[in-house]
Amino acid sequence: MKKEDVPQQFGLNAGCQEVNYAVDRDGRYLLAQSAGWEAKTIALQQAWEAIVEQLHQVLAEIRAGEKSSLAYYMVKNQMDPALLSQYSGISRWRVKRHLKPRVFNKLDAVALAPYVELFGLNIEQLRRVPEQPDLPLVEADQIEIDRL
Amino acid sequence: MKIDFPHRQFAHCESGVTANLLNYHGFSCSEAMVFGIGGGLFFGYVPFIKLNFLPLTTFRTSPGSIFTKATKRLGIEVKKEQFRSPVAAEKKLDLLLEAGRPVGAQTGVFWLPFFPPAYRFHFNGHNLVVIGKEGNDYLISDPIFEEPVRCPAADLRKARFAKGALAPKGKIYYVEKMPDQFDLPQAVEAGIREVCRGMLKTPVPLAGVRGIRFLARQLSKWPVKFDEKQTLLYLGHVIRMQEEIGTGGGGFRFIYAAFLQEAAEVLDNNKFLDLSKHCTEIGDLWRDFALLASRVCKGRAAIQGSFDDLARLLNQCADEEEILFNALLMAIKK
Repeated sequence: MKKEDVPQQFGLNAGCQEVNYAVDRDGRYLLAQSAGWEAKTIALQQAWEAIVEQLHQVLAEIRAGEKSSLAYYMVKNQMDPALLSQYSGISRWRVKRHLKPRVFNKLDAVALAPYVELFGLNIEQLRRVPEQPDLPLVEADQIEIDRL
Repeated sequence: MKIDFPHRQFAHCESGVTANLLNYHGFSCSEAMVFGIGGGLFFGYVPFIKLNFLPLTTFRTSPGSIFTKATKRLGIEVKKEQFRSPVAAEKKLDLLLEAGRPVGAQTGVFWLPFFPPAYRFHFNGHNLVVIGKEGNDYLISDPIFEEPVRCPAADLRKARFAKGALAPKGKIYYVEKMPDQFDLPQAVEAGIREVCRGMLKTPVPLAGVRGIRFLARQLSKWPVKFDEKQTLLYLGHVIRMQEEIGTGGGGFRFIYAAFLQEAAEVLDNNKFLDLSKHCTEIGDLWRDFALLASRVCKGRAAIQGSFDDLARLLNQCADEEEILFNALLMAIKK
């Protein structure tokens, strides 16, 4: 990559510049800052879109009474029952049970404490889910991406 | 308190951390040099290991190995520790900082508040240097960023004890003793030899040049095997592994080319300048692959046909890398 080819397209870097390696006119390597590259941004955006889609799905399931609100926060934090189990210290089969609204709604503060601590929410928040997926960063950058 | 630690921004976390640590301890070197001596370049496609539910594709050796191998080849004594308990891990870190020693740490990315939100995935192979503590904040030199950053102790604790694949278990590492003198040419050759072996002679067909060809074969099957959404997710994942923060572009091929340029001087052999040029061209090929792949993901290029072109580009990368690493092996034999 030549220095003048180092991409300066917008990315999802929140203003952080990253280092690319490129050659100058004499073919010598130097470190050049890049604001972002279209190809990268598309791939990253795609990964977030997949998460948002999962969130829509899980919200629909919660509304249908098939899943508890815990499922939403699990997906929002890019976890599956196995990872959530490791983080919360609650065994996997119990985590899976907690994803059922019937079981989850009966849990008391003590049982919910590991989730509260992990997600940085209070019990009230943990029991509620938003109408729409709340991942602000994806929306904020949506306008820019659409220009690609 | 804060250690007077010269922070430099680099492309890749682990080689950047190692370069900055060695620099602090009196051995000034570039990131590319550390990456090369540590034998950081690699390729692997492991469909049965999943990262974020997608197959593992890697352009570098496993986390931790660049630091370990680079310091070993330079004769530097280092210490590495892992912990069961977060409390003990934090206590040890504080002790080392009080003694004025900058400490390298492996962390997850997901819990680090100073990371741009869009990059916060469950990836646990990140590295940074802790250079001080003020109140409840740690001061951190993270080579991905332009300036040193602050991080609340609670967040760093979560990041050091991130769970899942590559869980860091509070891992810290630091330099114990620097040698009186370095045998740089020998270290450079050892690093090159390792990368050539990894790329050409790994016995499993998932790694090295064969791994690239394996990915090419698999990739051309994706449109048949999966629905369109899944196909594009798989493809996007490869781009991300290749280009996301920390590769310097072209799946580390440009950093490696920069290293070969420095190696020409260290080994006093101009042949490495030509090899560096070839490595740059290979990096450009990888960039072509990423660009086309991203167009397919964005729906600007038809899936039919494009996947043949993508597979062809990958095979071209494999062919060129085979030539490059064979030539490199020849060059260090003499």
